[in-house]
Amino acid sequence: MDASAPSEFLVYTIGLFVALLLTATSFWTANTTLLWSGGVFLGLAVLAIAQMGIHLVFFLHISSGPESTNNVLALAFGVLIVVVVIAGTMWIVADMNANMMMPSGAPMSMRMQH
Amino acid sequence: MNIAVAIDQIPQDALPSASEAGPAPKRIVVAYGFWIFLLSDIIMFAALFASYAVLVRSTAGGPTGAQLFNQTTVAIETVCLLVSSYSCGMMSLAVNSRRYLRTYLGALITFALGATFLSLEIREFLSMIAIGAAPQRSAFLSAFFTLVGCHGLHVALGLIWLVVMMVQVAVFGFAARVQHRLLCFSLFWHALDIVWVGVFTVVYLMGVSS
Repeated sequence: MDASAPSEFLVYTIGLFVALLLTATSFWTANTTLLWSGGVFLGLAVLAIAQMGIHLVFFLHISSGPESTNNVLALAFGVLIVVVVIAGTMWIVADMNANMMMPSGAPMSMRMQH
Repeated sequence: MNIAVAIDQIPQDALPSASEAGPAPKRIVVAYGFWIFLLSDIIMFAALFASYAVLVRSTAGGPTGAQLFNQTTVAIETVCLLVSSYSCGMMSLAVNSRRYLRTYLGALITFALGATFLSLEIREFLSMIAIGAAPQRSAFLSAFFTLVGCHGLHVALGLIWLVVMMVQVAVFGFAARVQHRLLCFSLFWHALDIVWVGVFTVVYLMGVSS
């Protein structure tokens, strides 16, 4: 146990610094004027997914080893459900908003803002 | 007869090859079961994220995210939770090497940072409610308070769990069952940090920049 402690310590420390770096980059991306608005959205999404991956590998110790095969399979299924729930909901509701055209021509999504 | 004999023999030949080291140790099985729970919890958060994403523009003439959110508070909250995740990792290393002082120290730092996070969040909620941005003001604010409040509730439960675990360490020492529970706690705490990455990106940063 003691022999592996320094390397484990190193794994957590590397994870902390990479996560702090990605967090700082996320806050910079949200406030910068260098990117177009779509680029800010895209950059934030990529940085968040990268940071979630860093947390999984360095803090939760998800690896390609035989001990975590089941965990990786369960994680893959969980990610599938998360994507289906979020993307499916946004797709369906955006579609319904687009179809809710009022007789006057004003779309429902405009009315919902007021 | 022959078939019955054959069936009896097949599992005994097949079992060692299915897993070369025999049955997985209890630690692995417990962590796997808790991992399944965490994934179901994350799927619940996915539903809350989806409802937030759908309702984020339905402000009903009320305040928007860009008017309400304070990035400095969010940055401090994020750093608090991230460093508490790190100190929780240090605590689980101390548990593995059976060091009491380091375990208590790691737990104390984790608790202090988690409590700081929670008090900042409660203060933010109260200041929003004070200026009329309460959950009943608009669909956007209902979704916001549900999503962020649910994460805060998880953090509060995690803090209570941490106190209970430290009492168990003090009473039972590093018994195998206490170590398994501490492993589950560290998985829970790291998973909360992953959910918070989604919250501060989707709710706060995208809300401020759009």
